[in-house]
Amino acid sequence: MSDLSPASETAIEFDQVCKSFGLRSRKHMVLNHISFSIPRGKTTVIAGGSGQGKSVILKLILGLLSPDSGRVLVEGVNVPSLGKRELRRLRTRFGVLFQGSALFDSLNVFENIALPLRERTKMSEDEIREKVLATLDQLELTGHDEKYPAQLSGGMKKRVGLARALQLEPEIVLFDEPTTGLDPVMTQEIYHLFDRMQKRLGYTAVIVSHDIPGVFDLADQIILLNKGEVDVFADSSEIIHSKKPYIREFAEMTMGESLPRPEKENCLT
Amino acid sequence: MRLGDTALYVVSDLGHMGVFLFSALAGLFRRPFRFGEVVKQLRFIGAGSIVVIFFTALSSGMVLGLQGYYSLHKFGAEGMLGSAVSLTLIMELGPILTALMVTGRAGSAMCAEIGIMRISEQIDALECMAVDPFRYLISPKLLAALISVPLLTAIFDVVGIFGGYLAGVKLMGVSSGAYFNGMMQSVTNHDIRLGVIKSFVFALLLVWICTGRGYFVQQIRGAGFGAESVSKVTTQAVVFSSISVLIFDYLLTAVLL
Repeated sequence: MSDLSPASETAIEFDQVCKSFGLRSRKHMVLNHISFSIPRGKTTVIAGGSGQGKSVILKLILGLLSPDSGRVLVEGVNVPSLGKRELRRLRTRFGVLFQGSALFDSLNVFENIALPLRERTKMSEDEIREKVLATLDQLELTGHDEKYPAQLSGGMKKRVGLARALQLEPEIVLFDEPTTGLDPVMTQEIYHLFDRMQKRLGYTAVIVSHDIPGVFDLADQIILLNKGEVDVFADSSEIIHSKKPYIREFAEMTMGESLPRPEKENCLT
Repeated sequence: MRLGDTALYVVSDLGHMGVFLFSALAGLFRRPFRFGEVVKQLRFIGAGSIVVIFFTALSSGMVLGLQGYYSLHKFGAEGMLGSAVSLTLIMELGPILTALMVTGRAGSAMCAEIGIMRISEQIDALECMAVDPFRYLISPKLLAALISVPLLTAIFDVVGIFGGYLAGVKLMGVSSGAYFNGMMQSVTNHDIRLGVIKSFVFALLLVWICTGRGYFVQQIRGAGFGAESVSKVTTQAVVFSSISVLIFDYLLTAVLL
C-alpha cells in the first residue's frame, strides 16, 4: 500500500467528506464520506471515470465549493470554516492549472503570467519583467510573450498556464485534467515538464486526470474514485493486483491489462 | 415539490444576486484600483454609445416635436411645445431610452464577456490566484457605467430638445423664442435632479443584472451548457434589465415626483 507520511507530513486531508448537487428532489451524491490524505512534496494522482467527482475534489480543496459534511484540511486548516479573507490568504499558497488553461483572452502571454505578481505582490515592473522572462525561459516559451492565447497551440497554453500557476511559488499545485485535448507526444512532453518542475521546486502536486496509465508514471500516490468512494494506492501495480472487481474492471478498461482473475474467483469457477 | 423547488431556486438566485451587488459595490473601494480598466470601460460604455444615443435622441425629439405640436395645436397651445418636449425628455425619455440603448449595446456585451470568462474558468482562475473577481472585473464596469450613463443621458436630453426644435420650430413654424422660453420657464432643478437620479439607478441596475447573469451563468436553471448557456443568459439579462429599468422608472417617479 501507499507509504503515507505521518500526520505532520500531510499537506491535504479529506475526512468523511460528502458532497451532493441539485435541490432536494433531484439530489445527486458525488462524494460519499470519503477520506484520504495527500503527502507533502509528493505527486498524487486522482483518477476515475467521468462524473465521479475528481474536479469537485479540487474545488473543495480550493474552497470554491463547500462540502455537505466532513472536513477538508489544508495544512491542518479546515477550508470550509474559513472566512473570505482567510480563504484568499490560503489560496496564495496554491497554484492551479485548469483543464482549458483558463488564460485571459484579452491579455497576452506576458500579461497573463505577470497578473498574479501585479495583483498579489508589491514587486516593481522591472522585477516582474525579470521574473516572468526567467519563467518563460524555463518553460521554453521565450519569444512568445507578445502572443495572445488564441495564437497559441494547446501545449503552449498548458505551459503558459503552468508558468502563471508557479509565479507566486506555491506550496501546492493542482492540475485539473492537464492533458485534455493534447496529442500523445505533447501529452508525454507535458508530463515530463510537470515532473521536472515538481522535482526542481518541490511542491505538492495533485493531478486530476483520466489519462491513464500515462499519468501514473508521475505518481507517488494514486487515488481512485468510484461511485463516490475512494481507494488509495502507491502505484499502478497495486491497482492491477487489487481484488476489488470494479478496480480490476477499471484497470482492464483504462490500462489495457489482461489481468489474472483473483484466486478466490478462480476457485469458484 | 416542483413548486417548492422553484421557490427555493428563486430565493437562492435573489440571494446570490444581492450578495453580488454588495460585493461589486464593495469592490469600488478596494485596492489596487484599476484606473486603466475604468478608462477602457468608459470608452466602451460611454464613448462607444454616443452615436446610437445621438440618433435615438434626435429621432425621439423630432417625434415628440411633431406629436406635441399636433396635440397642442388642437388647444391653440403651440407655445407650450418647448415645455412639453423638454420635460418629457429630461424626466422620462432621456433616462429610460439611454438606459435601454446602453443595455442593448454594452449590457449584452458585458454579460457575454463575464459569461464566457465563467464557463472558460477564467473567473475561477482569478479566485484561485486570490484576486477578487468583483474588484478586478465587475467594479470597473460599474464605476464606468455610473459615470457614463448620466453623461449619455445629458447628451440625450440636449440632442432630443434640439430634435424637438427642428420638428416644432423649423418644420411646423412654432416661434423659436416661445420654444426655448417655455422650456426655461417650466424645467426646474427638481426635474433635472429626478432625471439624474434615474440615470444613476438605471446604470446600477443594468450593470448589476447584466454582469450578474453572466457571473452566475452555470447556476441559471434551464440555461444549458457552454456557448448556448451564454447566449440564452445574455438574452435573459437584456430582457430582465430592460423590464427592471421600466419598473424602477415608475417607482422612482412615484416616490420622487
